Amino acid sequence: MTTPLLEVRNLRTHFFTKAGVVKAVDGVDFQISPGETLGIVGESGSGKSITAMSILGLIPSPPGKIVDGEILFKGENLLHKKEKEMRKIRGKEIAMVFQDPMTSLNPVFTVEKQMVETIMTHESLTKKQARARAVELLQLVGIPDPSQRLRTYPHEFSGGMRQRVMIAMAISCNPSLLIADEPTTALDVTIQAQILELFKQMQKELNMATIMITHDLGVVAEVCDEVMVMYAGKPAEFTNAKEIFTNGKHPYTTGLLHSIPKITPEKQKLKAIAGQPPDLRHLPQGCSFAPRCSKAMERCLTVDPEMRQVGENHQVRCLLYEDEASKKAVTT
Amino acid sequence: MLKYIIRRLAMLIPVLLGVSLITFSLIHLIPGDPARSMLGEKASQQQLELLREEMGLNDPFIVQYGRFLGHIAQGDLGTSIQKKEDIASQLMEKLPATMELAIFAMILAVIIGVLAGVVAAIKQYSWFDNLSMTGALFGVSLPIFWLGLMMIWLFSVKFNILPPSGRLTAGVELNSITNFYLLDSILTGNWTAFKDAFSHLLMPGVALATIPMAIIARMTRSSMLEVMRQDYIRTANAKGLKKGLVVFQHALKNAFLPVLTVIGLQFGLLMGGAVLTETIFSWPGVGRYVYLAVLGRDYPIVQSAILVIAVIFVLVNLLTDLLYKYIDPRIKYN
Repeated sequence: MTTPLLEVRNLRTHFFTKAGVVKAVDGVDFQISPGETLGIVGESGSGKSITAMSILGLIPSPPGKIVDGEILFKGENLLHKKEKEMRKIRGKEIAMVFQDPMTSLNPVFTVEKQMVETIMTHESLTKKQARARAVELLQLVGIPDPSQRLRTYPHEFSGGMRQRVMIAMAISCNPSLLIADEPTTALDVTIQAQILELFKQMQKELNMATIMITHDLGVVAEVCDEVMVMYAGKPAEFTNAKEIFTNGKHPYTTGLLHSIPKITPEKQKLKAIAGQPPDLRHLPQGCSFAPRCSKAMERCLTVDPEMRQVGENHQVRCLLYEDEASKKAVTT
Repeated sequence: MLKYIIRRLAMLIPVLLGVSLITFSLIHLIPGDPARSMLGEKASQQQLELLREEMGLNDPFIVQYGRFLGHIAQGDLGTSIQKKEDIASQLMEKLPATMELAIFAMILAVIIGVLAGVVAAIKQYSWFDNLSMTGALFGVSLPIFWLGLMMIWLFSVKFNILPPSGRLTAGVELNSITNFYLLDSILTGNWTAFKDAFSHLLMPGVALATIPMAIIARMTRSSMLEVMRQDYIRTANAKGLKKGLVVFQHALKNAFLPVLTVIGLQFGLLMGGAVLTETIFSWPGVGRYVYLAVLGRDYPIVQSAILVIAVIFVLVNLLTDLLYKYIDPRIKYN
């Protein structure tokens, strides 16, 4: 097995608000190897974005604070780095693409200024060279007439084109890790497919590892190698992308799979997961999914399960599979 | 753009007509006989009649107003009653003094106000934020005449380090070119005059700057707080840009639009002459000129000066509107 590019261990990011401590991320573990794509899936508020922001060291503090864990990037713990050192990693080693391209680009600067400043922050290039690089990048992400378009402002681009600009900006310094936070959510369906295709192409060309944060399992099927399902700040299930569709084990995962609308001529009732995600300030005592779980047992209300190995590269945090895991432990 | 400017300038005409009508009516709104109120109780009937004839007060209102407009259209703002001086040339002479004071006060207000606002926003709820915003509250609340008097008492009377009034100490020579004393002394390389003019400018400048400074600081703070939460600021941080670059370029340019509006309005007000400040510090500008004219019931001066002030105010605001485009490219003029 190759050494992981990024290894997150027991990450806990909490927000200390007047109304109580919000445990936005509460014990997340995962790792990702060079060139690999990891999907992080979950509902709004499950801690996906906070996990990403924690990796980049961009948690607003106060009120946010990483209270525990390690983020090992190329073997070094990012949590021990000074702000100045982190700035050299952001944009250069780890780049990020955000959800809404309409609001993620600065409206009062030209695309040129925004791209050139990124390149010049991290690479020792002249302005002219940086500009030439920006033209190249825009061409790479499929923006026609790039040297002309460079001089325009973000509001003169369509949503899909802006996301292409965001991607071009993110890959401008050849990062080894790209974090994409719901990069297609704000786009039209037809544009979504194009952007996902672009991600796949860029990843192949640049051999980047990618963390794809999404609530859309379709995106996972399209681009991810592995997937982590998150619920209430904790990972619920971790396995490869194929397995999750054929052999998803956690009741939350199966619930998500059932709630995908199917394209059939007859109208079908969608099977939604009942209830609402829990209040992260007052998590239930046992499994945090138990109140919504169709397979909840009495024990689920009191015992918070651990992540358990249930197959090769397949872990689940659920008491249903506790026996299975212990049986396996006995046989091996 | 040019079309827009022309249209805005054309819109000046109805505005000025309105202003002129109001200022012209002023003389007729005063209870009693304008001639009597100008000449005082002891004037003889003959003197009154002479003045009425001279000012055309015996003609119908509309004729008088028409005549007033006719003169203005020719650039003739009339002559003052008491000294019989040409008002237009008097105003032209006093405008540079007012403008010098206004520009100095505004530079002070913008630099300190914007800086304080930005730092207060970045360090929200810190001691600096609390201190500067309390200071700003005092700034808008303190009466200028009180502040001015206190400054004179402290710096001129008690410590004797700054001159209490005027623009230049008697005896200091300065060849005037533009009538902006700081500029003139730099152009002629006269550093003695520069130091002297600057020391005269300091107190009235600070006094005049307090209110705009406080308003600008509060506006900058709230605007920055809003902008710092935006997605593009998160993007700028995620790109690894230095904090200073994120705050002073990415955030401040976006936050500046409402601040610019305030600056434009305040600057327009100051350019029209700060009556209180100029009076307290005996600053020979438009404000003091108007103040003396009001005291002397010299209505032609008051009428003309208000008209000129209105023109300046409108022009400064037009300039502000044009500057918007340089800050926010999404703004279109059509």
